Amino acid sequence: MSLTINMPVGVTDMSHHVHQLHMIIFWICVAIGIIVFGLMFYAIIFHRKAAGHQAAKFHEHTQVEILWTIIPFLILVAMAIPATMTLFKMDDVSDSYMTIKITGYMWRWHYEYVGTNVAYMSELATPYEQTINRAPKDEYYLREVDKPLVLPVGKKIRLLMTGNDVIHSWWVSDLAVKKDAIPGFINETWTLINQPGIYRGQCAELCGARHGFMPIVVHAVSEEEFKTWLKAQELANKRS
Amino acid sequence: MNEAVAHAEHAEHAAHYPQGIKRWIFSTNHKDIGTMYLWLSFTMFFIGGTSAMLIRAELFKPGANLVSPELFNQLTTMHGLIMIFGAVMPAFVGFANWMIPLMIGAPDMAMPRLNNLSFWILPFAFSILISTFFMQGGAPNFGWTFYAPLSTTYGPNSTDFFIFSVHLMGISSILGAINIIATILNLRAPGMGMMQMPMFCWTWLVTAFLLLAVMPVLAGAVTMVLADRHLGTSFFNASGGGDPVLFQHVFWFFGHPEVYVIILPAFGIISEIIPTFSRKKLFGYVSMVYAVSAIAILSFVVWAHHMFTTGMPTAGEIFFMYVTMLIAVPTGVKVFNWISTMFKGAMTFETPMLYAIAFIILFTIGGFTGLMLAIAPADFQYHDSYFVVAHFHYVMVAGSLMAIFGGVYYWIPKWTGHMYNETLGKFHFWLTMISFNVTFFPMHFVGLAGMPRRIPDYALQFTEFNQIASIGAFTFGLSQIFFLYIVIRTIRGGEPASAQVWEGAHGLTWTVPSPPPYHTFTTPPVIQDAHG
Repeated sequence: MSLTINMPVGVTDMSHHVHQLHMIIFWICVAIGIIVFGLMFYAIIFHRKAAGHQAAKFHEHTQVEILWTIIPFLILVAMAIPATMTLFKMDDVSDSYMTIKITGYMWRWHYEYVGTNVAYMSELATPYEQTINRAPKDEYYLREVDKPLVLPVGKKIRLLMTGNDVIHSWWVSDLAVKKDAIPGFINETWTLINQPGIYRGQCAELCGARHGFMPIVVHAVSEEEFKTWLKAQELANKRS
Repeated sequence: MNEAVAHAEHAEHAAHYPQGIKRWIFSTNHKDIGTMYLWLSFTMFFIGGTSAMLIRAELFKPGANLVSPELFNQLTTMHGLIMIFGAVMPAFVGFANWMIPLMIGAPDMAMPRLNNLSFWILPFAFSILISTFFMQGGAPNFGWTFYAPLSTTYGPNSTDFFIFSVHLMGISSILGAINIIATILNLRAPGMGMMQMPMFCWTWLVTAFLLLAVMPVLAGAVTMVLADRHLGTSFFNASGGGDPVLFQHVFWFFGHPEVYVIILPAFGIISEIIPTFSRKKLFGYVSMVYAVSAIAILSFVVWAHHMFTTGMPTAGEIFFMYVTMLIAVPTGVKVFNWISTMFKGAMTFETPMLYAIAFIILFTIGGFTGLMLAIAPADFQYHDSYFVVAHFHYVMVAGSLMAIFGGVYYWIPKWTGHMYNETLGKFHFWLTMISFNVTFFPMHFVGLAGMPRRIPDYALQFTEFNQIASIGAFTFGLSQIFFLYIVIRTIRGGEPASAQVWEGAHGLTWTVPSPPPYHTFTTPPVIQDAHG
């Protein structure tokens, strides 16, 4: 099994932007760390009493102190610019192709395709025997649901979030979407998936005893496939 | 110095205080109360630590192993509450009690009876809190942040005991803070101006004001939870016209300054240790004072960075992102000052210094991840994941706890009159330092890969790093039993410590004998060298 040590690049433009921001700030921190810790270890190695170093007497230096206040400030300003631009894009929910209403329940998700009669619960499908170690665990242990959320690729999907009982949080890291589902309030966000595939996540806000057991599976398919699927669902619901 | 010693010895003969258990119950002596705070903290550290060990045992492999999901949530909640309110905060108050009067040449705390009360509230508060484990329905299980409506509508019956004990802790903290402010402002020896105080006193003065400002907010939050639970109010209940997010605003308005309550005294301890073992004055004393004050003021306007995913307006996200990033500036100033203090010094590396150096590196790493978390768009990925768990343990364990360890090694010769065993101390340091990183560094990886916090079981892709973290945690836990042994051994005996203890130590603390007599500075000392 390969070990993942970094944030996934993901499959949306936003997840790419976020990953980029993450890497920029990470490398800035690494660079600062190398300089600061480097200086400290230089002092530790050369300014030891055991190496015969005599203590100097200085204990302030106004110019240097002003400099190391201003330089970090400028670095932060440089960092804030791309972060702000990404934020504006993330918060722009206009021009969406369709809207899905996601409701968090203790402890399952409810998906409603707004404007259609398609709505269903989506809950953990991992057999309990696997949890209590009486059966071998599947590859997607605890990340398998009975009915995934099906979304078309290449279309901007508006997601409305709310909670039925306590606060939940809908998180799929490949989409770089995490939004709280708060009872009594509706949050909105959006996603535009570029690649068909199966993307997995789970509830991120502590919501009670089975908080760890309410996974999210997003099935991203082509637009035609999606339309066919939605039609079939609508028909089936009409009949029943 | 001799004069001070002579007076102190005179006071020793004149001291009449109760013996046995009464000495402790009725104590108004800052040293005795400081000692009790430190032992309370140590006890809570082991209780909170035991819950951490159970958490790591459950997470050692996927599947249900040791504890039920219900108990798991109780353990994470109590681990957080006990470590923050029971282990870290009382340790710093213990240091303040012991050291502030010695540092500023005061005979005791300004209000000794209040001091007794503020300590003795705590054992009751924590007994109530811990007793909830044995109640029907179990202990609080909604995380130490007790978000509504999980704690209001869905909280177990023991929530009310939790609320009461938080009130008690809050009263204790407020009384303690008043006492520290009164002591520092009024009892400094003649000739010691505010800008001549040791940095530890400055950091505690600022911390005390933070406590005064935010503890009532926490009290307000728990009272609103109580009212929602029993009085039919709907502060946090949307169906009654309230707002669950309001709870988070109130809580984090307390919670973020609380983070600095937990770290500023640690800054103070580090600022005492580094000059001593560098044999050089603290660099940039004035800018240190300004930096601490700036951090404290900024801490009041950043709270909603804990809430980026709750769906704030974009303008709100931008404001809280910017001010949070701004905190990096004064924090950076502090780190640069410590390194400049070391630069061109004549350093030696006794255990306190090792802890101080580890503090600088590891706390700075925690600061870096803090900066990453401040970037709102990226926070949508980090939030509520193990990345956050890694971040705040780098700040609170490698930050606060390592400063506490450093402080204990630094001052225990003064407290007990015995040197600790340097070899054992260094061994404890390396065990702690390595096992800390083995425990918490892999948590960055699983967090970025998508593991949420507060889950009792996890997907298979997180297995390896969780196993490494668990092994690190068990080692870390065992290392602290070794620390207990070192402390007891030092109390019982060891090489006698001189008054100055450390070659590079300066200030009033180091003019009184080790151990200091029961009453010190009964007449004000003459100030020659206030801060080293």
